[in-house]
Amino acid sequence: MNGEAELLRGKIGGLKPTHQLSAEVLVIGSGAAGMYAALAAARAGAQVLLVDRSLIGRGGATVMAQMTVAVALGEEVPDTPAHHLADTLAAGRGLCDEALSRLLCEEAPACIRELDAWGVGWARTNGHISQVQAPGHDRPRCVYVDFVNTGPALSKTLRTHLQRTAAVRRTGDLLVTELAMSDGVCIGAHAVHLPTGEAVAIAAKATIVATGGLTRLYARSSASINMGGDGYALALRAGAELIDMEFVQFFPIGHLSPRLVGMDPIMWDPFRYKLGGRLLNAERREFLGEEGRYATARDHATYAILSEVAEGRGSPHGGVWLSFEHCSEAQLRTAFGPIIDRLAANGIDLTRQSIEVAPIAHYHMGGIAVDERMQTCVPHLLAAGEAVGGANGANRLSGNAITEALVFGRQAGERAAALAARTAMPTLAPRAAAPSAKPDINPAAEIVRLQRLMNEHVGPLRSAEGLARALEHLEALRDACTGVPAPRRALDSEWLDRHDLRNMHAVAECVTRAAAARNESRGAHQRHDFPQTASDWQRHQRLRLAGRELRLEG
Amino acid sequence: MKARLKVCRGAPGEDRRYEHYEVPFEQGQTVLDALRWIRVHRDATLAIRFSCINANACKECMIRVDGKTVYACTTRLAEREMTLEPLPNKIHLRDLVTEIAPPDERLSSASGDE
Repeated sequence: MNGEAELLRGKIGGLKPTHQLSAEVLVIGSGAAGMYAALAAARAGAQVLLVDRSLIGRGGATVMAQMTVAVALGEEVPDTPAHHLADTLAAGRGLCDEALSRLLCEEAPACIRELDAWGVGWARTNGHISQVQAPGHDRPRCVYVDFVNTGPALSKTLRTHLQRTAAVRRTGDLLVTELAMSDGVCIGAHAVHLPTGEAVAIAAKATIVATGGLTRLYARSSASINMGGDGYALALRAGAELIDMEFVQFFPIGHLSPRLVGMDPIMWDPFRYKLGGRLLNAERREFLGEEGRYATARDHATYAILSEVAEGRGSPHGGVWLSFEHCSEAQLRTAFGPIIDRLAANGIDLTRQSIEVAPIAHYHMGGIAVDERMQTCVPHLLAAGEAVGGANGANRLSGNAITEALVFGRQAGERAAALAARTAMPTLAPRAAAPSAKPDINPAAEIVRLQRLMNEHVGPLRSAEGLARALEHLEALRDACTGVPAPRRALDSEWLDRHDLRNMHAVAECVTRAAAARNESRGAHQRHDFPQTASDWQRHQRLRLAGRELRLEG
Repeated sequence: MKARLKVCRGAPGEDRRYEHYEVPFEQGQTVLDALRWIRVHRDATLAIRFSCINANACKECMIRVDGKTVYACTTRLAEREMTLEPLPNKIHLRDLVTEIAPPDERLSSASGDE
C-alpha cells in the first residue's frame, strides 16, 4: 500500500493529492451499529475498514444515549421476544415493518448478553441484570448502565473490542461524500480526509451505511452535530429507497431551562423511571393524568405538552414544568447518584425547584429501506442502525434504538462479509475534484435558518400551510445546495458546512414532502389539519431519485 | 452581557495570529456557544472540533482557555477578555483544532502510509 499511496500523492493537475484504499467491507459511521457491524464482519472473516467523519466511537448518537435498552432477557420478570414484539408493534401505530421488528426483538438478548460478557457493566440487582419498565412496555424490560452512562459505556466497550480486532482498520476525520457506483452496484465510496482536505477513494466489496439519523435538521435536538442525515442523502443519490421519512420522533421532556451544560438534554428520563416525577403546566396541574407514574408514550406526551403551550399554559420558556419536589433529598441522592452534584454545579436543586422541559428532536423512525438482511435495493449496499427505516413504524418504543443499532449492525456485518466472500475486489480510481469557489452565502448561518424552519414547520405538529412554507424555503435554497466540489484547504470548515447543508437540504426535502402528502395524524406525524388517524393511510411512503427528481410513492 | 474572545487563528505554514471577537451572551452560556455564534454571525471559516454540542459526551472540544486545558462546552463565558488557543501538546491542524485521535484511528494507519 505504501508505494501506491506515495504514487497517488503526487499532484494531479494542481489538484489535491489523493489516496486509494480498499476493504472487503467498508463501514461508514462508528456508533454502536457501525462498530458492531465491523466486529461482526471481521468475525465472519472479512477485512474491514471502519470510517467516521468525527472520531471513532465518539461522534454518533450512541455516545449520547444516557438511557435504557429494551430487551426481553426475563431477568427481572419472565419475558419473551414475542411480548417485546407486541409492544414494539403497538407503539409503531400500525406502521412497523413486522419482519424487521421481529428480528430486532428476537436477536436482542444474544447481543445484550454478548455486551455483558465484554464487560459493558449493565446495572445489576441481587446478581441479576436490572430491568426497568419504560412507557409502552408491558413489563420491566429495559437494561441500563448507571448513572446515565449507557451510551458512553457501550461505545467504550465496542471501541476497546475493535482495538483488539486486527481485521478491522479504523480511521476518524474521514467524511464520505458519495457512494461509488459501477453498473448500478455499490463498489465503495469517495471521501475527504478532513484534516488535509485530500480526496480518498475506498474500493469495497460491500458497503454498510451506519451514519445514524437526521436530528441535526432541527434547532432543538438531542444528538451530535454529525447526525445531519448523511447516510440518507448518500443512499438516495446512489439509487436506494427511503421509507417513512415523515416520522421524526420528538422526545417529550428534553431539557429547556435553566441552562444546563455537560449533560445530555434528555437526561431526565431515567429519573422518571425511578422516581416518577410530575409533569406540570403553568397552573401546576398534572395535565397528563399520570399521577406521578411514568406511563405516557412519547408521541402522546409530546402532543400533550405542545397543546398545553399552544393554549397558554406553558412554562416561561415555552415548555412545561418537571418536578421532583415531592421526593426527599435521600431519595434523590439514591436515584441520581453523582448526577446530583453535576446539577448543583449548574445551580439546580431539585428539592426546591422544578425545571422546564419541552419536546426535542431525538430519533428518526424512517430511513433507508432494507430487507431482513439489511440489504438495500442497490446491490452490495447495506444499512444498519438508525439509518434503517421501518422497524419502529410511526413511533419508536422506548429503549429500542440501541437494540436496533446492535441487532441490525451485527446482521449487516455478517451479511456484508458473506457478500464480500464471493465478490472480486472492484477497482475505483480516485476522483480529483476541483476546489470549490468561496461560497457567497454563510453556510453555517444557512444551516441555522434551516434548523429553525424545520423545527417550526416540520416538527411534531404540522399543517399543510406550514409544510408549504418549508417547501418554499427549501426551493429557494436549492441553488446553494447543488454539487459541492473539493475543499479549498486543509480543515476547511466552511466547505464542510456547505457539504452538510447540501445533505441536510436533500433530507429535509424528503421529510417535508412525505409529511405534506400524509393527510392524517399517526404517531410522530401530527397534523393540525388532519387530526384523525386514517385507516387507508396504514401504509408506507417511499422516496427515491429518478434522475434529479425526487419521487414520492405510496 | 458581552464576552471578548481573543482567538488563535491559522494553520501550520501560515502566520499564527489572534483575532478579536465581541460575543453577546446570557448567563450560563459557554465558550463553545460563543465559538458557534462566531461561525454563524462573523466567520464560518473558524475551525473548531466538537460533536455533541453540550453534553460533554464526545470529549472532542478540548482547547486552552487563558492557558488552562478545558472543554469548551462546559466552560462558562465571562464578561472579560478570554484567550482561546489550541492544545499545545498536540499536532496543530487549524485554528483551535488539533489532532487528538489515537494514532491507530487515523488515516495514516488505515491506509498503511505514514
